[in-house]
Amino acid sequence: MTRWMDEEAGPVVRPYALIGGRTRSSGDALDLVALVTATGAAPSGGFVPGPEQERILTLVTGATSVADVASELDLPLGVVRVLLGDLQDHGLISIGRASASERILKEVINGLRAL
Amino acid sequence: MDFEPSDEPVALKILIAGGFGVGKTTLVGAISEIRPLRTEEVLSDRGIGIDDVEGVEGKTTTTVAMDFGRITIREGLVVYLFGTPGQERFWFMWDELSYGALGAVVLADTRRLTDCFPSIDYFEQRGTPFIVAVNCFDGADRYDAEDVRSALDLDPDVPVLLCDVRRRASAKTVLITLVEHSLKVLTASQSSS
Ligand SMILES: Nc1nc2c(ncn2[C@@H]2O[C@H](COP(=O)(O)OP(=O)(O)OP(=O)(O)O)[C@@H](O)[C@H]2O)c(=O)[nH]1
Ligand SMILES: [Mg+2]
Repeated sequence: MTRWMDEEAGPVVRPYALIGGRTRSSGDALDLVALVTATGAAPSGGFVPGPEQERILTLVTGATSVADVASELDLPLGVVRVLLGDLQDHGLISIGRASASERILKEVINGLRAL
Repeated sequence: MDFEPSDEPVALKILIAGGFGVGKTTLVGAISEIRPLRTEEVLSDRGIGIDDVEGVEGKTTTTVAMDFGRITIREGLVVYLFGTPGQERFWFMWDELSYGALGAVVLADTRRLTDCFPSIDYFEQRGTPFIVAVNCFDGADRYDAEDVRSALDLDPDVPVLLCDVRRRASAKTVLITLVEHSLKVLTASQSSS
C-alpha cells in the first residue's frame, strides 16, 4: 500500500488497489458492530478469496464485529466493507446483528458496575 | 418479544460525542482498551497530482483515526465505544455511527458550553437516547447539573451529570448512567407500542 503524508489530514492511503478500484459494494451498508461469521462453505463459482479475505475468514470463525475485523487487519473500514461484501455475496460469511433487549441492557449495567 | 437464545452473541454501540478537545478520547481510554481503527474520507479533486492509480479517476482517501474502545461484559456480550469526530468535516460519519446505537454520551465543557449544541441537536433529531456529561476541567468554574440543563434547554428526562473523564470510576458512572437511560427509553417505547 502506498502512503503519503498530507500534513493537514494525516496519512493518505490508496487502499483501493486491494479492492480493484471499487468504492461501492454490497458491503456498504454494514454496520460497525454487525457480527461476521464464516459459514465454512467452500468458495465456488470461480471466486477466489484474496489474501486479505483469507485473513478475514480465519479471523471470523467465531462471530466478530466489522469494527474488530478492520482493527485486527489494520485496514480502513471502507476497504473492509468491500472485502466483506464480496465474501457475503459468495456465501462465505454470514452477517447478523442482534438487537438489545431489556435483559441484555440490565446485564450490561451490572457488568459495568463490576468493572 | 423476540426469541433470544442466550448464546447468541450481542454487540452494542455507544457513541462519545462533544466538541473539539472536550475529552472524548480520554473518556474512551479511561474505561476501555483503545484499539486502532481507521475509516476514510474520499477527497474529491483535492488530491490532484498524488493519485495516479489506474482506473480510480482521481480519487484519494484520507484515513481518519477513530476513537474505538471495547468492553467485554462476558463472552458473547461486548460494548463498543466510538468517539465521534469533533470536526465538522467529519459529519458524514455521524449517520453511520449513530445507526442502531444504544445511546450517546455528549461531553460538555462549561467554558465552551455551546460546542455541544450540534451533538445535542443531532441526537434529539435522530431519537438516539443521550445523556450530557459535564467534564470538569481544572480551573473551570463549577456549575451544578441543573444550571447546565437549563443553559442547554434539555428535556427534563435527559440525565445530566458532572464527571472527570480521566478517572475510570467517573467514566464508569457516565456509561452506567447512559445505559440506565437507554433501558428506560426502551422500556417506555415497548409499553407504548
Ligand atoms: N484538566 C483536565 N484535562 C482534561 C480532562 N479531560 C481531558 N483533558 C485533557 O484535555 C485534552 C483534550 O482531551 P481529549 O480526550 O484528547 O479530547 P477529545 O475530545 O478527544 O479531543 P478531539 O478528538 O481533538 O476533539 C487532553 O490533553 C486531555 O489530557 C479533564 O477532565 N481535566
Ligand atoms: Mg479525540
